[in-house]
Amino acid sequence: MSSMFVKALQPAPLLLPSRRMVLAGAAGLTLAFFIAPRGLRAQAPAPITAPNAFLRIGADDTVTVLSKHLEMGQGPYTGLATLVAEELDASWDQMRAEGAPADDSLYANLAFGAQGTGGSTAMANSWTQMRMVGATARAMLVAAAAAEWGVPAAEVRIAEGVISHGDRRSGFGAFAARAATMPMPESPPLKDPSAFRLIGTDRPKLDTVGKTNGTAQFTMDIHREGMLTVLVARPPAFGATLVSFDDKAALAVPGVEMVRRIGAGVAVYAKGTYAALKGRRALDVEWDSAQAERRSTDEIFSDFSAAAEAGGQTVEEEGDIAAGFAAAAQIIEGEIRFPYLAHAPMEPLDAVIEVKGGKAELWYGCQFPTFDRPTVAKALGLPVEDVRINVILAGGSFGRRAQGSAHIAQEIGEIAKAAGRDGAFKMLMTREDDLHGGYYRPLTVHRLRAGIDDAGNITAWTNSIANQSIMSGTPMEAMMQGGVDPTSFEGSNALPYVFGSRRIGWAQMESPVPVLWWRSVGHTHTAFAVETFLDRVLEAAGKDPLQGRLDLLKPEALRERAVLETAGRMADWQGPVKDGRGYGIAWAKSFGSYVAQVVEVEDRDGRPHATRVWCAVDCGIAINPNVIRAQMEGGIGYALSTALYSKVSLGPGGGVEQSNFHDYPMLRIHEMPAVEVEIIRSSVDPTGVGEPGVPPLGPALANAWRALTGQVTSELPFPMQSNV
Amino acid sequence: MTQFIVNGQDVTLDIDPDTPLLWALRDDLHLTGTKFGCGVAQCGACTVMLNGMPRRSCVTPLSMVEGGEVTTIEGMTGPEIEAVKQAWVAIDVPQCGWCQSGQIMSATALLQQSATAPTDADIDAAMAGNVCRCATYVRIRAAIHDAARTLEL
Repeated sequence: MSSMFVKALQPAPLLLPSRRMVLAGAAGLTLAFFIAPRGLRAQAPAPITAPNAFLRIGADDTVTVLSKHLEMGQGPYTGLATLVAEELDASWDQMRAEGAPADDSLYANLAFGAQGTGGSTAMANSWTQMRMVGATARAMLVAAAAAEWGVPAAEVRIAEGVISHGDRRSGFGAFAARAATMPMPESPPLKDPSAFRLIGTDRPKLDTVGKTNGTAQFTMDIHREGMLTVLVARPPAFGATLVSFDDKAALAVPGVEMVRRIGAGVAVYAKGTYAALKGRRALDVEWDSAQAERRSTDEIFSDFSAAAEAGGQTVEEEGDIAAGFAAAAQIIEGEIRFPYLAHAPMEPLDAVIEVKGGKAELWYGCQFPTFDRPTVAKALGLPVEDVRINVILAGGSFGRRAQGSAHIAQEIGEIAKAAGRDGAFKMLMTREDDLHGGYYRPLTVHRLRAGIDDAGNITAWTNSIANQSIMSGTPMEAMMQGGVDPTSFEGSNALPYVFGSRRIGWAQMESPVPVLWWRSVGHTHTAFAVETFLDRVLEAAGKDPLQGRLDLLKPEALRERAVLETAGRMADWQGPVKDGRGYGIAWAKSFGSYVAQVVEVEDRDGRPHATRVWCAVDCGIAINPNVIRAQMEGGIGYALSTALYSKVSLGPGGGVEQSNFHDYPMLRIHEMPAVEVEIIRSSVDPTGVGEPGVPPLGPALANAWRALTGQVTSELPFPMQSNV
Repeated sequence: MTQFIVNGQDVTLDIDPDTPLLWALRDDLHLTGTKFGCGVAQCGACTVMLNGMPRRSCVTPLSMVEGGEVTTIEGMTGPEIEAVKQAWVAIDVPQCGWCQSGQIMSATALLQQSATAPTDADIDAAMAGNVCRCATYVRIRAAIHDAARTLEL
């Protein structure tokens, strides 16, 4: 999700702790300590039937943070727990984390005003809120200990999870119940950053152990008594509709219990996955493709290219473009084509629902609870309060589970409804379902044109972009201002470069192919277009790629300058070039963070092979450098996979041509470059790291490849055969 | 009826002998540490040990394991798996975690079969069948080297 999206939403007032409750834990043995947002003070208390706030202190001294953000690999469980533990003065060993259930009233993302994870906002929006949770809990533990021991609160200390006064010492658990009855401090002081002992230091993630011994529970791992596994036969082309089906052969497959028509297609319910697979194969389904996308991607590219050429609507304009080109001594032009991309998380989409006595409970890696919960409720005809979504670990998402359309919630709700009885159902997609399923990164065409005068100044810069809107047709449509979806071109406008004149245009294209945010959203293509085209322009102007960029930066672009200079220094940019190696640099600001990367590339059978990547990142205060480095490494690998291999194409008639990892390949270990990451020291509030590692890699790779071979990359992925 | 051993225990399953071992483990035996990623032996998320050798359970029909010995991530024992798990935690390899059981099975098999510390090329050869969409490859490589040091290879 994009930073523009975040801005477009009304930010919620900062929710601070204000209410606490005591209750018996699930086993009746532990006492739990809850802190709920201040904003709810005047409202009826939330039902105390489940852990539904931010913090739970067990009698065994464990401190469990309920993460309002989905853990899909980017580390929010650990990050949020770090913020709480810092102010609580807990010992890291006592910290735990688990997903908070769907509940907008408690768990809103403060950047969105609604519960959801995305746009690399998890830490940024929680930075003050979760530290306040920790500080509040600390103050109440201190008050409880002071009352119990009959000493002044000011003399009670907490350090490393131990409450002490004189010779007296205690863990948190013994005081959890009493703490919950203590007055809530109005504004507990937060630490000065110089006093941080956890924030800013490395630590492994809380969910790592469970992910190394097979015990981590993901959606597909959930089993419920009597549960049926459901696979859905889906349309063969985008926009095709179901005409009829014959389920005789499917129902004859041992283990297949029923077949139902739902909105998404034909659902086969079976005992176990294999029976469901066989049952689905045995279905005879007739589809109507009259209204479907019938164009191949070649044809779509032609249409989009013509629209980009026409210029689209102006989304940014500055200076006199005509005069800028008139003053140019040379003009550089280029078109760059980007295909549809599937997110392809390793755990394909899935969801588990159990309906019993007029209530529904779900378990899945739900990324936008704010949309999903009412969608399930509506599909089942239940009040929202009777739908509980347990948000659990997701085996990757990269944007795929963040659906404005809530189509998975709709599907699992319909599956339960269509069953016509109470019961538990697990819907899962195969890899083929996933790759054929749409919700792709939008296919995009950029057309760029720049004028350079005799002195090497860029007198004019135009970039016209044609693609589908992500927000249009979803609940987010209301946030499109003046018919413009900023996620379609973010990163192409508001550039900190000094150009004599500039115009950015956007042509909104239509297709029945559903599109979605895809790790770094608009920046997936804009950074590539801007930074590879600029590289060509700088060369034409006789300038060095690094120095040329630095010279173009506006004076106030200090953070941009710092990451570029740092990446250049790390890579010894001015040093000698190794034989047979090419070097390229690129940078991008996305989701509030600044990342520059230098790629070293060699020619391996006519294709680029990245050997090393140097990465400088400024994401404000570094909460956990280990996680930041991991996200840069992972973002680099994800982006390299994309640049080298990723393409979802539609053949003649509109069918998807790829089906599994043999023709939608992923980067493998022998293709992964060595990665060096440097984090810029900062005292600015933290921004995200889940996405910002992605945008610079593709353009830095293409720039390195052009430096090595002279070849301009005008489409992604890199062609399988070199066109030399 | 298929009879075999899973994690040291005798198991008898009265299900379609064509059922891939992956789904028998997950759906019938509730051993969910072994993951589904592709179903066509392209990603390695479903890797288990069959008679001591790594095998993609998604393309292994139950009929093929009759009388055999299957070990999943939950049942792995020995110095190699311990060294690997310890290194995986110390280096904080996992991100989303979905592929990691398979990565760990392949890494453990590599170390079990290595008389000397594996080189980068050895690691590439042994691990190229395991996809990680989060691209934790830098750390997988580092963790295997680390585990090899622990094992004094």
